[in-house]
Amino acid sequence: MSLSYVLIQTLNGVQYGFLLFLVASGLTLVFGIMGVINLAHGAFYMVGAYLAWWFAAWTGSFVLALLIALPITVLLGLVIERCGIRYLYERDHLHQVLFTYGLILILNELQRLLFGNDVHGIQTPPMLAGALPIGEVQTYPIYRVFISVACIAVAGALYLVIQRTRLGMVIRAGSTHREMVSALGFDIGRLFMVVFGLGVALAAFAGMIAAPVSTVYPGMGEHILIISFVVVVIGGIGSIKGAFVGAMLVGIADTYGRVLLPAGAGVVVYAVMALVLLWRPQGLFGRAT
Amino acid sequence: MPRISRPILLLLLAGTAFLALFPLWGETFYIRFVTRIMVYALFAMSLDLLVGYVGLVSLGHAAFFGVAIYTVAGLVNKAGITSAFAILPAALALSAACALVIGWISIRTSGVYFIMITLALAQMLYYFFNDQKYWGGTDGMNIDRRPDLMLGDMVLFNFNDRVQFYYLALACLVVAFLLLYRLLRSPFGHALVGIRANEGRMRALGYDVQRLKLIAFVIAGTVAGLAGFLEAARGTFASPAHLGWHESGHALVLVILGGIGTLFGPVIGTFVLLLMEDYFATLTDRWLLIMGVFVIAVVMFLPNGLAGLLKRLERRDG
Repeated sequence: MSLSYVLIQTLNGVQYGFLLFLVASGLTLVFGIMGVINLAHGAFYMVGAYLAWWFAAWTGSFVLALLIALPITVLLGLVIERCGIRYLYERDHLHQVLFTYGLILILNELQRLLFGNDVHGIQTPPMLAGALPIGEVQTYPIYRVFISVACIAVAGALYLVIQRTRLGMVIRAGSTHREMVSALGFDIGRLFMVVFGLGVALAAFAGMIAAPVSTVYPGMGEHILIISFVVVVIGGIGSIKGAFVGAMLVGIADTYGRVLLPAGAGVVVYAVMALVLLWRPQGLFGRAT
Repeated sequence: MPRISRPILLLLLAGTAFLALFPLWGETFYIRFVTRIMVYALFAMSLDLLVGYVGLVSLGHAAFFGVAIYTVAGLVNKAGITSAFAILPAALALSAACALVIGWISIRTSGVYFIMITLALAQMLYYFFNDQKYWGGTDGMNIDRRPDLMLGDMVLFNFNDRVQFYYLALACLVVAFLLLYRLLRSPFGHALVGIRANEGRMRALGYDVQRLKLIAFVIAGTVAGLAGFLEAARGTFASPAHLGWHESGHALVLVILGGIGTLFGPVIGTFVLLLMEDYFATLTDRWLLIMGVFVIAVVMFLPNGLAGLLKRLERRDG
């Protein structure tokens, strides 16, 4: 294995890790703050990707498609929060699981109804279409670099919002002392709506920017959902830092698993998860239960 | 578990009698269909032991169901073994072993962690079978022939006879119900229910809570394995979808629709949901859309399931 090959695989792993981080951070935020386990999180990833594909075909511009599709997906998420998820806050995890399972069935069927069963590719935007040379013969697509950069930007913005703004302060407080925040006069219902919308936006954005690389296909949301669960479990539920470390670990383990162990590629990340759990049942950065 | 009240007992006896007599006039198609329902009811019942009594919401229960199916497929297709004397114990043992390992890892956690971990570990098995050509990959594999049960030259039981097989499924369902019911009324069962009510107190009372949970997990996995064995012998097909998380989620729907923590509820739930699915599937290709709406409606308006509805009616009368 040449050095440039290792470099390319590592870059792929890191890029996948960044993408997973976007999805998993939304999942972990929604759970950590609202106490809701949202199986439909991956469905928003799918909705984002499909809308981006559809608008890109319609407008001819990927960037324009992003700008239109993101608000629409978030709006859909907020409507669902308002009409359904809201009533689950005080309910059993079992009910949350089943409710969001029902949502997945609905969103998947709507996707098939509106967009069909085919796999669709999205053209990489022309300005990001080239490739960078690595070593003597190999190249690395610029678009993949762009994904990593975009994810870093979003992750940085997320960090700033949560650590440095008043909203972030309330979010952090709400994740540990919900009643107290409510008693201090903050509208918990509105806070939850903002957090849910943020989670949807993160998942949808990830789906959109991943679409030119991963293509758009039925069931794409469920695969990412389950991998995101693995990330969240490894990192510790509710911890953004944990989601980041978990995402990198999973991204790199999965990429190298595919290269080194093609027959058992799908199993590698789960084995990593099992090992982490044997060592730390609450995840790397989770609070002990 | 409280004793089953008289009206519900009568209802269950009537239902069982109906099922026992059904093959006398039922058409072939429906005999097969009801057999399938009973197999899935057994699977749902095994999940209710975890969800309804111990309070462990497993989203990976299909793993044990599917492992048993692949055990049958492996023994029949790859090893050429067809005797149920060998296949059934092997299927049960492998399901139990998987439940032991998955349970051992996941029981160290609780709540939402437990949900995610059971899902992820089951998904690991899913990918194991899905990725490997040897096991038929994504397409799954046909099981070449049904198991047989022979003593010398004498056929003890004919798995190919649909009426015999119908009664086998019914017998398994009834016996499993009686055994689980008995188990839950034993001191062990009371301890399990205690864990659900107040885990800390049970620990303080000196119960080895982790051990009790693990035992319950393995029992549930083994019963799911029995359902898997029946499904393999019935459908003669092994697919990764049998272990997939949709199957696990579907089983949870069966449990909550019927009513958690009742054992018989999931059986009613399975009959209602599978009949509904079959009906809507004949009406439209988009029947999953209707099922999605239905699942949400059940969670919102019928959280105690059909069994809860029965109990409420009963209370109003009494």
